Amino acid sequence: MPDQLMQQIVNGLLIGFMYSLIAIGLTLIWGVMNIVNFAHGDFLMVGMFTSFWLYTLYGLDPLFSIPICTALLFVMGILIYRFIVSKVMSGPMLAQLVVTFGVSIFISNLAVYFWTPDFRQITNPLLSGTWEVAGILLSIPKFVASIGSVITSLAVFLFLKKTRTGKAVLATEMDREAALLMGINTDRINSLSFGIGAALVGIAGAFLSTYYYIYPQVGGTFGLIAFSIVALGGFGSIEGAFIAGILVGLVQTLGGYFFDPSYKYAIVFMIYLITVWIRPQGLLGW
Amino acid sequence: MRNIPSRQFVSAGIALILLIVFPLVVTNTFYQHVMIIFFMFAVMGVAWNIMGGYAGMFSFGQVAFFGIGAYTSSFLLIAYHVNPWIGLVIGGLVAGLVAIAIGYPCSNLRGHYFAIASIAFGEIVKTLFNNWKLVGAAEGLSLPMLDSGFKNFMFHASKIPYYYTILAFLLISLIVCYLVSTSKMGYYFRAIKEGHDVAKVLGINVVRYRLFAIVISAFLTAMAGTFYAQYVLYIDPESVMLLPISVQIVLISMLGGAGSVMGPVIGAAILIPISEGTRVWLGHKGTGIDMLIYGFLITLISVYQPKGVWGLFSNLGRGTR
Amino acid sequence: MSARPCLEVRGVTKHFGGLYANDNIDFSVEDEEIVSVIGPNGAGKSTLFNCITGFYPPNRGHVRFRGHDITRFRADKVCKMGIARTFQVVQVISDMTVLENVMTGALLRCTKIGHAIEKAEVVLAFAGLIDKKNFLGTELTIADKKRLEVSMALATEPKLLMLDEAMAGLTPVELRGMIELIKNIQKGGMTVVVVEHVMEAVMEISHRVIVLNSGKKIMEGSPKEVVCSKEVIQAYLGDKYNAVSQ
Repeated sequence: MPDQLMQQIVNGLLIGFMYSLIAIGLTLIWGVMNIVNFAHGDFLMVGMFTSFWLYTLYGLDPLFSIPICTALLFVMGILIYRFIVSKVMSGPMLAQLVVTFGVSIFISNLAVYFWTPDFRQITNPLLSGTWEVAGILLSIPKFVASIGSVITSLAVFLFLKKTRTGKAVLATEMDREAALLMGINTDRINSLSFGIGAALVGIAGAFLSTYYYIYPQVGGTFGLIAFSIVALGGFGSIEGAFIAGILVGLVQTLGGYFFDPSYKYAIVFMIYLITVWIRPQGLLGW
Repeated sequence: MRNIPSRQFVSAGIALILLIVFPLVVTNTFYQHVMIIFFMFAVMGVAWNIMGGYAGMFSFGQVAFFGIGAYTSSFLLIAYHVNPWIGLVIGGLVAGLVAIAIGYPCSNLRGHYFAIASIAFGEIVKTLFNNWKLVGAAEGLSLPMLDSGFKNFMFHASKIPYYYTILAFLLISLIVCYLVSTSKMGYYFRAIKEGHDVAKVLGINVVRYRLFAIVISAFLTAMAGTFYAQYVLYIDPESVMLLPISVQIVLISMLGGAGSVMGPVIGAAILIPISEGTRVWLGHKGTGIDMLIYGFLITLISVYQPKGVWGLFSNLGRGTR
Repeated sequence: MSARPCLEVRGVTKHFGGLYANDNIDFSVEDEEIVSVIGPNGAGKSTLFNCITGFYPPNRGHVRFRGHDITRFRADKVCKMGIARTFQVVQVISDMTVLENVMTGALLRCTKIGHAIEKAEVVLAFAGLIDKKNFLGTELTIADKKRLEVSMALATEPKLLMLDEAMAGLTPVELRGMIELIKNIQKGGMTVVVVEHVMEAVMEISHRVIVLNSGKKIMEGSPKEVVCSKEVIQAYLGDKYNAVSQ
């Protein structure tokens, strides 16, 4: 039994690291411009499909398509911000809520139109198989993805804390007006943040594609779970999203293990509700 | 516009007469079906509007109340032979209680946070029903075929009685919405929508009034749920508890104009024929074109006319100051 | 003058973590007085307002209004008891008309819309906004928004009106108008407590002035006494600039 438990914990961690990466992008967007990106999960889906098609059509292993996914999603994020999201920033709250829903529905169904709803899989990635470590089965793709997620998260963290632009992003997140007064072009920061947020799920998508089923509606659940993670970690907090992602991964797996697997997502949603009821600023938020 | 100008009364009257005559003239059952779905969504849009458009609580989880209404009346009918009309009222009350249970802890949530909480709520309820053996879990409930007639809230031969029933529900909802919006409660809702602080300093018990809004909204939405169950005679979590239904409800209200009584009706009148039509003519191919158009429309409206159709009219009517 | 003060603040202390925003504040306000609360930025004036009006309870101390202990009352209950307030950043209901805004306030004391309209119009006439009654909240100038906010507060039929920096951001003409309005409100029997930075207004309207600095009350007296006080000047300008003669 303990072995099984350990296995579940390891699984939870592996999922958790991916969740972290996905959530960091969402919390960045949310923190900087106060917009909930309901299309976040669909950006992930685009990342996964990009990786899939590069693999299927050109034999490019997902690990090597990461730069392409990153660049593509970055540009996509900026374009969507420029042409759609920026225009509702000054509009009513309802419009801000609904617009990314619209983008989400559009993107996921565009994928259905072009690529059919069928489930796809990358069958032979470079790094595949399973290690057995101390009686625990460690899926290599998932392990590599987790490492990738940690590296990427660290990179984002360093970018925000150490570079000039990164600090401008943090400043905008903390106090928009003050940032404006300091001469920061907050509109460019918005754009950049949206782009980075999208790029991060592009990377996550590339990693996920090595072991997860790829299909147009895959973004749905990931997107919703990301909200719980962002809330738990604290809206706008990168470190918070990272830690919360791991926690949620653990809760989901262990929850499914101790209770019914079909309840695992409900438990994750309960986390969101409980967090905003009891500690609205999340674990590490301000 | 508290005193409706007589011009509006007359046009509303004409519209009503046309709607009443419609199914007698148009006998194609598909068109009758589209109208029925239109009315049903209009009811839910009006219900949403009371808590969303007026009180500022943008719920993306209304489908939970729809499902609760449908399941309550259906379960009572199947297990205890409770008359569906009574089941309708009980379903509304159950939905109201659930609304209080979820609304109270969420009293301080606004904007995005409330929206996501409502999605979380909807998904949790769906998961519960998906796993609850008592109400059929994933297989859902099949309603018994009772004798056709108003007493049993079931009509087998024709859609026309369903049409008039749901139209009556819509009229009831509109009256409720109108009464709320022109009463003290309506003003208080709008103050709450502006901000909790400004509401509090005017002596408004924000928690209490928010709960009023959610409960009224939940009751009316649950009514639509019972209607649907009696119309289709089969319900399962995948048909009465889906997030896209909640999103559709929000869209209808936004398109038509949140915060106005007739807004959701206009929005439903535009969106439902499009979504039903594209689903039938384009959707069955599985290409997702219908939803593509839908997503595009939503994005367009949010960006260029977030106040909806009604917003267009009121701008024209007021002119410049 | 009645036996009991209109407002009694006793030992009110409010801290946020280690920061004491209000430290043992003690004062009272008699009926129909206009009292100004002044002090440099960060002195704790708005915190005090929030404690008194029920936005958060003080950690220690009591607030009594017309003899009733309202220390832990919720904000809406405080309003029902008869204290109305405005905010530093003016808050009106943007997609209602001026009339509807004031009606919302009036609806606290009546239920019928017709009555609310009548009451609101009376208040608007008094406040000089009746001509703009059909303007939307968003269409007003800052000065008019402030007037509207005051009108909304008046419509709730308070016995004590608390204004948070009502004079900020006004032109000289608008300032004169606001000063007259407050004077007229007091003449009608209202007790008024204001937080203010605009000294010209403070001097003109106040019966008494209370000075806060760094969370503590450092002085209380007539406007003249306060303005000449060394301690008050030091608080505002720092030690170096003690330029006023005794």
